[in-house]
Amino acid sequence: MCSLCGVIGGNEHWTDAAARPGVFTRNVERLDRRRERARRVAAANRVLAAFDMSLSDWQGSAFVLATRTGKSEMIEDLGHLWPAAERLSGRPCDPLDEALIARMEEAGGG
Amino acid sequence: MVDIPAFTPVHLLTGFLGSGKTTLLKRLLADPALADTAVLINEFGEVGLDHHLVERLDDTMVLLQSGCVCCTVRGELADALRDLHSKRERGLIPAFTRVVIESTGLADPFPVLSTLRSDPVLRHHFRPGSVVATVDAVNGLSQLDTYVESTRQAAIADRLVITKTDVCAGNADLSRLLSRLAELNPDALRLIAGDDGTGADALFGDDTAQRAAKLQSPSGFYCDTPALQVTAEGVAQHTAISSFVIAVDEPIDWTGFGVWLTMLLNRHGSRVLRVKGILALAGEERPVAVHGVQHLVHPPVHLAGWPSLERSSRLVFIVDGLDVNLLKRSFNAFALAGNAEARSQPEAAAQIRNAQSP
Repeated sequence: MCSLCGVIGGNEHWTDAAARPGVFTRNVERLDRRRERARRVAAANRVLAAFDMSLSDWQGSAFVLATRTGKSEMIEDLGHLWPAAERLSGRPCDPLDEALIARMEEAGGG
Repeated sequence: MVDIPAFTPVHLLTGFLGSGKTTLLKRLLADPALADTAVLINEFGEVGLDHHLVERLDDTMVLLQSGCVCCTVRGELADALRDLHSKRERGLIPAFTRVVIESTGLADPFPVLSTLRSDPVLRHHFRPGSVVATVDAVNGLSQLDTYVESTRQAAIADRLVITKTDVCAGNADLSRLLSRLAELNPDALRLIAGDDGTGADALFGDDTAQRAAKLQSPSGFYCDTPALQVTAEGVAQHTAISSFVIAVDEPIDWTGFGVWLTMLLNRHGSRVLRVKGILALAGEERPVAVHGVQHLVHPPVHLAGWPSLERSSRLVFIVDGLDVNLLKRSFNAFALAGNAEARSQPEAAAQIRNAQSP
């Protein structure tokens, strides 16, 4: 329940707004919408892999975050992702962590 | 009958104790242009505002149990705004087209913005307007040196109003203050309070247009050379606040950027005082402007076109004690489209996982 996590009910997180097909639509262009969600899942998973967690789309309306041992939590959007990820993994998800950055750099083929 | 806007802007008037908030407000309210303004004050001022819609707020901060710091919601503010909205809908009070909140001198402006975004009712009827901070020309410099609240208010504001210039001893002090504010918050409008200097329009005008327009300075971008915060003698907090630019030529992956910024703000939101920028997104012709204050990110604005021929992304951060180089590296690793596309395959299997049963 906060500005990033949103509250009960329809939530427009800021990451939902970009003029790409599938980002704004709710009722039309279902394929585009699913494709955009799949991209989001893939992007999140690239980072979550470092914490032994994975994200998956749930019915096109929410996401499920899960650890390798099966602990899972449903989240609404990217705003909910990191608080939930920290809760499930029991450690901070810090983008300024050197080890994590190094991992991302390596994976990026850079 | 005034047209009620779909989203009523809520402007926040802040400023350190005794810096002239109430005086400014009193003068503004005398302006006919602000007749359709509801005013919320969270300390009872001495200035009579009886003929306007004055509601009193107690300065209570409600910390909800469910988690992060951005959940600091001012319960009473939400109640007061809902009440105003309800009365307006029922015609019990004159229709107002904007709300101005005068906060106490020590308040952090962020929770107010947060309340507007997080409340399930308010966020459909109100939107954050501009944050106006008053800075005292006489005591401003020393307050910035001494009180972290004062610095935060100045760093977060969209518009800075310099008050009491008529009693300020010399121009040297004033120009020192102005340059200090320019370092602290490079792109806020700096206005001198006076009989004609700070009209209602300048302070509470269309802030969305302002925000997008402000992103473009004559030289193409609003903040070409943000001065690094100079260390003030013996004052620890200032050594920490710094502003810097991340500039990249490669297109940015919006999804990767979203993942990165939400992650950064989740962990370090209270230390990212502002983030603003213009982004060149992969697969996107027009630039996108993003604008955030601490944990709160405004909806991105699509600009009509690029300010200059150069199509590179610029992102300005004003941070409090974060490692600049680490942040730049982190941004490059997470948000560049090249990195994102390079390996979108390996984790793709995770999408297939059937997640219906928890």
